Amino acid sequence: MSQDIIIEDNYRLPPPEKIGREPGSFTSVIQGLVFTVDHKKLGLMYIASGLLFFVIAGSLASLMRIQLMVPDNTFLPPDVYNRAFTMHGTTMVFLVGMPIIFGFANYLVPLMIGARDMAFPRMNAFGFWVFFFSGLLLYFSYLGAPGIYGAGSAPDVGWFAYSPLTSKAFSRGHSTDYWTMSLLLGGIGSVSTSINILVTIFCCRCKGMTLGKMPLFVWLNLVMVFLVILALPCLSACQIMLSLDRYLGGTFFDTQAGGSAVLWQHFFWIFGHPEVYVLIMPAFAIASEVIPVFSRKPIFGYPVMVAASISIAFLSLGVWAHHMLTIGMSALGNTFFVISTLLVAIPTGIKIFNWLGTMYGGKLRMELPMLFCIMFLFQFLVAGLTGVMLAIAPFNWQLSDSYFVVAHFHYILIGGLLFTIFAGIYYWYPKAFGRMLDKRLGMAHLVFFTIGFHVTFLPQHFLGFLGMPRRIYTYQADRGWDLWNFVSTVGVVFQAIGILFLVANLIYSYVRGKKAGNDPWDAWTLEWATTSPPQDYNFAELPEVKSRRPLWDAKHPNDPDWKHE
Amino acid sequence: MSQVTNTTSDWKLPSPRKVGILTLILAESALFTIFVVAYVFYIGKSLNPPYPHQVLEFPWLGSIALFGSSGTIIAAERCLRSGNSKGFLIWWGLTLALGIYFVFFTATEWWKLIMVDGLTIATNTFGTSFFSLVGLHLFHVLVGLVLLSAVFVAAARKKIHSDHHEHVEVISYYWHFVDCIWIVVLTVVYIISVRATYG
Repeated sequence: MSQDIIIEDNYRLPPPEKIGREPGSFTSVIQGLVFTVDHKKLGLMYIASGLLFFVIAGSLASLMRIQLMVPDNTFLPPDVYNRAFTMHGTTMVFLVGMPIIFGFANYLVPLMIGARDMAFPRMNAFGFWVFFFSGLLLYFSYLGAPGIYGAGSAPDVGWFAYSPLTSKAFSRGHSTDYWTMSLLLGGIGSVSTSINILVTIFCCRCKGMTLGKMPLFVWLNLVMVFLVILALPCLSACQIMLSLDRYLGGTFFDTQAGGSAVLWQHFFWIFGHPEVYVLIMPAFAIASEVIPVFSRKPIFGYPVMVAASISIAFLSLGVWAHHMLTIGMSALGNTFFVISTLLVAIPTGIKIFNWLGTMYGGKLRMELPMLFCIMFLFQFLVAGLTGVMLAIAPFNWQLSDSYFVVAHFHYILIGGLLFTIFAGIYYWYPKAFGRMLDKRLGMAHLVFFTIGFHVTFLPQHFLGFLGMPRRIYTYQADRGWDLWNFVSTVGVVFQAIGILFLVANLIYSYVRGKKAGNDPWDAWTLEWATTSPPQDYNFAELPEVKSRRPLWDAKHPNDPDWKHE
Repeated sequence: MSQVTNTTSDWKLPSPRKVGILTLILAESALFTIFVVAYVFYIGKSLNPPYPHQVLEFPWLGSIALFGSSGTIIAAERCLRSGNSKGFLIWWGLTLALGIYFVFFTATEWWKLIMVDGLTIATNTFGTSFFSLVGLHLFHVLVGLVLLSAVFVAAARKKIHSDHHEHVEVISYYWHFVDCIWIVVLTVVYIISVRATYG
């Protein structure tokens, strides 16, 4: 029956040469990027623009670290510092984290489930361009926000923009409006891309790939897009309300007119906490692909991994107020959010043990993707433990909004997410470009970045204990914070060198890298069954799947997995 | 030509359109939840009049029109499925007319609130949360009307036949969703909040 529902979503433009452009010329390349609806190109465009914004936001972070290197520093004025941390946070979450994970999902999900493209290819392009322009809009604030009275520049209200900082009285000019509009626009892009990924997973799987046979990468991305679909609209609602307040005189968050500033915090964190899991699910997804392949064993406890991911997602919808334990909720409210937060540690712990169980007794191959994943396991454990500490209400009252919190979430987002993104880049680069990334440059990247990361962020735990609040632009010399701040800034240099090695590697290997072949890692999922890089249509013939490791079955016809599953 | 779905006779997967619209409805529900919670949170908290019980009247006619349009759209779908394209055009047109009447009804209600009672979005927290919640719903009705008119124009030009059953069904899912939201809005705004005490 369903043979007739097809086609028009997959309309493709004629190749550039047919509309009067030289193939390979600059204009035809640009035209190819702008008009493409191919999930692989869009995926790479997502990742590339994510890395571009990563460099920008990383530079902002470096400026802040230079300012804090010594006490009473005057490198950045306070207002510029406020803009720097606001733009750094907003960019890293919405313009680096989200697009890179969408890029991986875009590139890999259709390949892994044996499909030719996403369910709605044109909507996919729409999602990318909406995200990209939301990023440009945010950065245009540096030029466009000083409105008629010259008030304001880039947004300076922090990435969670607590009321009443965002009210007209405290945020003059248009800086907050650029922030609002950019996030509203980005939210539309994220939700449409997520709907697309979800529909692709449910409706485009190749023959035989039941939900229980999907690679864990696909499962975890499914959980991730569910969270985006539930959480991002809450952020959009916040932004609509804030705009009504700022432009039509609404009183949602205006305490003097009966509104509530705390309501903003609740609404923001109802989005904000699931967002954290949106960002960490793809990290789990990449680790769950890389660790089995480099341990030469199937993943340990597949159904438990799926169940744990779903329960993390479920729990994450009910923990938001642990960001607000200091606002003076009732004892019952505090207790509820403390307990629900502590519960998250259980499925997360199960996951860590499952990855260890996968490695246990395996024939480990210490290639770069695996090394990054092992670092991820250690660092994510530290991040999880500081998370459990922060979830305890009395401890939280002591350390909320201190550098301990900064250290905690940077261990999650860099030590957890970014390290697995690096693992993913080393693992799938050969598939995307047909060449291996250089090993020596990769090792340099790993060593410098790991050292730099720990030297920067480990001392920030101590700074938190010593009472240093986040978001201060300078401090006095007698506070005892000098040494650790100095060490923390030194670490940034190592991180920057590490990133330079990565960029050099990406460029060098594109030209000179060793040819990869279709399946350089001897892996088991469907993306390795096609050419590197894959053709526009992905698979010459759509595959048929009988087990969770279709390529193992193909390589070992005498001992296929489906006999044991 | 490549296929978007991999569905073959012995390997059946759900239709992308239906899963897509249901997921969109899920996302929209999250959006509405926040606005409904905001409205409920501000019940009884306005510092100055007008208060809900002084100015709100139960919107009988508008609600009947909107709920009725959910029935007429089902009738239209039935006609399309049985190949009765004239019946489809009539029922679909009726749905469109009922939707337009709802917008007209809300417009008169808002005119009274703003011009007679002096309640605007900036008057008090009731005004802010009322106009944003009802306005968000109204915006969804307007989007629905655009979709309904597009199909109506196509049907009037005899471009819609039973092959398009699924396209039409997707629009009807959206329209039913807009209706369901109205049930929540009616309950929260016109039943619960008019019984709250102020002052």
